[in-house]
Amino acid sequence: MPTHVLPRLSSIALMALSPAFLARAAEPVNYNRDIQPLLAEHCFHCHGKDESGRKGKLRLDDRELALKGGKEEGPAIVPGQPDKSPLIARIASHDKDEVMPPPKENKPVKSEDVEKLRRWIAEGAVYGKHWAFEAPVKPPLDSAAKPAEWKDSTNAIDTLVGAKLQASGLHPSPKADAATLCRRLYLDLVGLLPSPQDVDAFKQASAQNPSGAVAALVDRLMNDRRFGEKWSRHWLDAARYADSNGYEKDLPREQWAWRDWVINAVNRDMPYDQFLVEQIAGDLLPNRSKSQLIATGFLRNGMINEEGAIVPEQFRMEGMFDRLDAIGSGIFGLSVKCAQCHTHKFDPLAHSEYYGMFAFLNNTYEAQSWVYSDEQDKKISDIKAGIAAVEERLKKQQPDWQQRMAAWEAAQVAFQNKTQWSVVEAEDLHSSSELNHPTTLPDKSILTLGHRTISGDVHTIASPKVEKATGVRLEILKHDDLPFGGPGRSFKGTWALTELVVEAKKPGSDKYEKIKLAKATADFAEPAHPMEAEWENLSRDKEHKRTCGPAAFLADGDDKTAWRADHGVGRRNTESVAVAQFEAPLTLPEGTKLKIALVTNHGGDDNGPKNTQIGRFRIALTTSPDPKVNHTPYAAVLAMQTPADKRTPQQKAELFAAWRASVPELKAFNDKIDALWKQFPEAVTSVLHLAERKGQDVRETHLLDRGGWDKPKDKIAPHVPAALHPLPKDAPMNRLTFAKWVADSRSPLTARVEVNRVWQVIFGVGIQETAEDFGTRSPEPSNQALLDWLAVDFMEHGWSRKHLIRSIVTAAAYQQSSRTTPELLEKDPKNRLLARGPRFRAEAEVVRDIELSAAGLLSSKFGGPSVFPPVPASVLEYNYFKPTYWKIAEGPDRYCRSLYVFRKRSMPDPTMSAFDAPNGDFTCPRRVRSNSPLAALTSLNETVFIEAAQALALRVLKEGGKTDAERADYAFRVCTGRNAKPGERNEILKLIASRRQRIAEGWLPVRDLTTGNAEKLPALPPGTTPQDAAAWTIAARVLLNLDETLCKS
Amino acid sequence: MNLSPELHHERARRLSRRWFLKDSTVALGGIALADLMMRDGHAAASKSPTTPKEPHFPAKAKRVIYLFQAGAPSHLELFDYKPELVKRSGQLPPAELLKNYRAAFIKPNSALLGPKFKFNKYGRCGMEISEVLPHIGSIADDMCLIRTMQTEAVNHAPAQIMMNTGSQNFGRPSFGAWTLYGLGSQGEDLPGYVVLTSAKGTSGGASNYGPGFLPTSYGGVPFRATGDPVLYLSNPKGYDDETQRASLDTLRKLNESALEESGDPETAARIQNYEMAYRLQSSAPELMDIASEPQHVLDMYGIKDPKQPSYARNCLLSRRLIERGVRFVQLFHEAWDQHSNLLKGVQSNARDTDQASAALVKDLKQRGLLDDTLVVWGGEFGRTPMVQGGNDGRDHHNRSFTFWLAGGGTKRGHVHGETDDLGFNVATDPVHVNDLNATLLHLLGFDHKRLTYRFQGLDFRLTGIAGNVVDGIVA
Repeated sequence: MPTHVLPRLSSIALMALSPAFLARAAEPVNYNRDIQPLLAEHCFHCHGKDESGRKGKLRLDDRELALKGGKEEGPAIVPGQPDKSPLIARIASHDKDEVMPPPKENKPVKSEDVEKLRRWIAEGAVYGKHWAFEAPVKPPLDSAAKPAEWKDSTNAIDTLVGAKLQASGLHPSPKADAATLCRRLYLDLVGLLPSPQDVDAFKQASAQNPSGAVAALVDRLMNDRRFGEKWSRHWLDAARYADSNGYEKDLPREQWAWRDWVINAVNRDMPYDQFLVEQIAGDLLPNRSKSQLIATGFLRNGMINEEGAIVPEQFRMEGMFDRLDAIGSGIFGLSVKCAQCHTHKFDPLAHSEYYGMFAFLNNTYEAQSWVYSDEQDKKISDIKAGIAAVEERLKKQQPDWQQRMAAWEAAQVAFQNKTQWSVVEAEDLHSSSELNHPTTLPDKSILTLGHRTISGDVHTIASPKVEKATGVRLEILKHDDLPFGGPGRSFKGTWALTELVVEAKKPGSDKYEKIKLAKATADFAEPAHPMEAEWENLSRDKEHKRTCGPAAFLADGDDKTAWRADHGVGRRNTESVAVAQFEAPLTLPEGTKLKIALVTNHGGDDNGPKNTQIGRFRIALTTSPDPKVNHTPYAAVLAMQTPADKRTPQQKAELFAAWRASVPELKAFNDKIDALWKQFPEAVTSVLHLAERKGQDVRETHLLDRGGWDKPKDKIAPHVPAALHPLPKDAPMNRLTFAKWVADSRSPLTARVEVNRVWQVIFGVGIQETAEDFGTRSPEPSNQALLDWLAVDFMEHGWSRKHLIRSIVTAAAYQQSSRTTPELLEKDPKNRLLARGPRFRAEAEVVRDIELSAAGLLSSKFGGPSVFPPVPASVLEYNYFKPTYWKIAEGPDRYCRSLYVFRKRSMPDPTMSAFDAPNGDFTCPRRVRSNSPLAALTSLNETVFIEAAQALALRVLKEGGKTDAERADYAFRVCTGRNAKPGERNEILKLIASRRQRIAEGWLPVRDLTTGNAEKLPALPPGTTPQDAAAWTIAARVLLNLDETLCKS
Repeated sequence: MNLSPELHHERARRLSRRWFLKDSTVALGGIALADLMMRDGHAAASKSPTTPKEPHFPAKAKRVIYLFQAGAPSHLELFDYKPELVKRSGQLPPAELLKNYRAAFIKPNSALLGPKFKFNKYGRCGMEISEVLPHIGSIADDMCLIRTMQTEAVNHAPAQIMMNTGSQNFGRPSFGAWTLYGLGSQGEDLPGYVVLTSAKGTSGGASNYGPGFLPTSYGGVPFRATGDPVLYLSNPKGYDDETQRASLDTLRKLNESALEESGDPETAARIQNYEMAYRLQSSAPELMDIASEPQHVLDMYGIKDPKQPSYARNCLLSRRLIERGVRFVQLFHEAWDQHSNLLKGVQSNARDTDQASAALVKDLKQRGLLDDTLVVWGGEFGRTPMVQGGNDGRDHHNRSFTFWLAGGGTKRGHVHGETDDLGFNVATDPVHVNDLNATLLHLLGFDHKRLTYRFQGLDFRLTGIAGNVVDGIVA
């Protein structure tokens, strides 16, 4: 049996591993540090803020109430008199009916903790607010407490870290050598390896002027755009970014425009408070820019369920909870989730306060908008200017245009008024497949969300309010919960109506009979033509027989034809209307039921995005004779219903366009304008974002009983938790105010959480270890003074993350050697006190990027769409829907930075997840770091890693020198930044020699090794042989798997 | 590089052990604490986070094989015969049943549909099971049938997540991950929690077997039917084993040199993990090679082609896995969503799964493994007594459905609970998902209220804030 190095540790001793705990017996008891966690652990579950679970009406989280006591025993605490305090008597009791917490809770209070509580009561039972709920204050800096090694440092971090070290009897480690420091700075600032030449340059500069060299390198790397790629990733974790919707369907989404926004914001060092405001309410900022709208993609990064038959509201609520979590854990470092169902047991967050914050966010559309590139934006503004110019010319040429347009409008209104419509109110709404559960809006229009149905119907059952009917009108309406406002649900917000089916069930009958439709007219229709290739549907229309075109197609009983009214790029997301006349006027005696179905059969494959469902529509009947519509665009008809002085510029434009289009003599102008519209670009991408609901869509917030989405209780007005900083007085109660409150410098948490996030990235563990939880049950921070100093300094410097990161990496504490000793491991196993520099395996993205940069393969892709990495077929197959869009990147994109690797939620990227990258299902303020055989297999054998080894071999042959010894040194430097020791060089050379031998003996296929292709050799550097490349590929694979290569040290 | 390899190994081992909490000191409540220590590299530098641990009390079951029937099998066609439903087929259900009821697709007020199959009485216990499951019928005397399962979720993805993690929210650890967290694994050369899939991908995706907020090592590792059984198991093209060994030897020596320099226990753990990866390169293919099984065993499972992926093959693999010390094996067979095509769909699924599920139980029994291996069979919810579509489909139904267990300290030849005459509601002895999970943990030796993990300031557990051990199914 091996001997134990350490004596066995009891769990008490383990607690003592918290170094700050060591020498504290003589100090007075501190409520926040010593008592509050005990009460939270053992008592607050039943005697805390949450009323619903409270026992004996006793509260112990509030001094006044604890002194007052519960219903039976009177005061629980008598300050100064522990022996007279029932609290002590109960927790120390040996009687199982008396002892607290009750034995079934299985949370007995340890005897030394009882002692602590006694002392606390003896010292007066002074309560304090949990530190994290008090705004941070810069602590005084006591330079005298600094270790001698750092006496020259003027960096406050060194003073504050140093004080802790001194107090713990530890000494700083020596400064890391220049090569190590250079590599560390590269990995921390840009997430990539320095080249050996970069390292050499830094070494030279450092020999001249160590601190100047660091400052210069830091400046250079912070101004490198790759800085934003490295540092945006950490926010993406908190913001639960992914490229698919999650849940069963897990369809792909385009959200990279938001990711680009983050990269650019980080690169531009956007102040963190502004960074938050734009992401939570950028859409509400005055004169908001395109980029501020894209920023609100943050809260839309959550999952979207599109499973068949779901009730969309249920999963919208799930999405809302997720948004609150992202803000709670990701920005405030508070787990707010508990308060979704009940008042938080431990932290000061009431059930109602949760819904108070919820209310600020609840009145939003699930909007999606096109995103144009800057060039496209330029082109669009040119087109719009061009159209405006033509319209100006038109107006000049037709000075009486206003009178003519007014006359036209009057005629239009008269035409509309000829036919009186009675809107059909749905009594029942369904889809025959039951995949959709549509809902009725206050204006009786019908909205379909949730599952995206390729083929099927949505139908309404109604009792008509008219006694006879000559025709039926279908209005196709926009809604901001639809893609691009709809009105369709396709990936363009378009639709196609295969058939409008009207059936009637006469009183006394139990059967619906189909009503024949005769003439159908629409405001607009495309000329008849086959469905374009993008709507191809091999399972339903193998022979490509489906066509679309005029309104007659909706009433022809043919499921291969559909009415479609796509006005073309730039103008397609607009309203439409159609009217179908009944072949014979329909008599509708009382008790008649109508069933009106919108049938769609023109969707394309791909399980959803290419559906052609209509998102929002309204049905009406008329008794007027010969009902029909004219060719006035329906958007203009709707605009006429708004009094002239209340019309929006958009409505005015619709009307003007409709008028001029109706005037034959203006053909030349109209043709010019149409030609300009034809140049309108298809957007490069789109973004899911927030938009404020308006009109009939305004949404109230209710407290949800036990968090049940369908159990609304009292209406809740927007408000914020009382334990946090207040809202500004007289501010409007909207999302923008909330955003500013989140980012308020009075917030006790916002700055602390962000500086802690940055610290965690650099040192591997935060000052507050539980980065996601700063609440009352979180462990004590390793150095609260440091955390507070950094938080205040961060705010004082304009919430600049570059300032913060620069402060950290220029500190002596950061620049120490990471070499550890048994003594240090024993005293500070997690390196919380920083008597040595950081050393840990890099995060998933950096691991892969290290390999690619060592290999010289890394592409220069910056921003843009996600890239499909090679993934084994068995991984792709194991999807509910196989991602047919997964076209593995060839060419340079294959070697893009890992930031751009496509993240499919239900199929976590095998490489990224082997190294603990989260898959974006929910906010991840802190990654776990594992060390597993599966990770080893990944870095040994995954395709891109193999290709990196092959490429590194060629790089070494090209750049590394003529002899294997020179090459070994070079390869080692590429990977680790440092020179190989002689023993290390020998090991590499031994491997090379033995491999050369084995290759020469014919055991190893050179082509397979160097290219993975038995037919192919790589392009060899001059003067080298395939055997060189093969032997070096094997060695390169070893070097790329070195602990030192994978780690930041 | 002056030290001998043996000394290096000894140093690595000591460094590892230094930070590892020896199992004997990991007292019951200490597991969470031990694990907090393991969340980052330092303690992961221990042997492994999956080193065997003792449960709260002596366990009846030491390992689990969970046959997850994804898509939601119809209890009414398989396990819960309702003569009244036969009689009232075509009639509307009683209005009082439908109060506050929600199916997923259909209007609740749809006609009742009689079962598509006859049922037989099986075994000495006379358990009533569908004629399409004769093989499962043949193990009736070893089965504990729970006819009164209940869940809240009514859509597939949330319901699968609910069944497997105890919550409809993504991000919670799966049952297998909790088991590994509590018990560790027994095998040195294979992961402790292995996932095998047949048919198609599941609605719940990888979260069905994920580690949630537990350390990554507790998550299920899919062993794949095609390509590498474990991802990236094969060496790159052109490498022979000698080269792989030589490469790993060089890697080890260089890493030992780095360890000497850095003193980082995580380096020591990494050295060991590369060695374990190497062992996995031989143990996993050996495991997957079921052609080495005798013909009568293949026949018992109904495996015609040992190389062809199938549910049956996965059943046999699960036995091989637990024989090699794997703690938790979970099969996923996503095929049971019979909104339409109920008759043929259920028949075909029965053909694919009946014989092998039963063979697994028999095989375990023959080998003396059934006593301490818990076999679980079930899906995410049941199906409506009401028809969907014409006359050959059923919708999602969460008010009652059937699970069965075998071995691992469960009652044999026992039926737990009864549903009402229509198989709609539970009549007696409801078993909620949380109750089932509490009971399964109990069989594994855990008090489900004490198997907790501190995350975001809360002590999470598999059963949320609910769950009662169902004594009626424990032997």
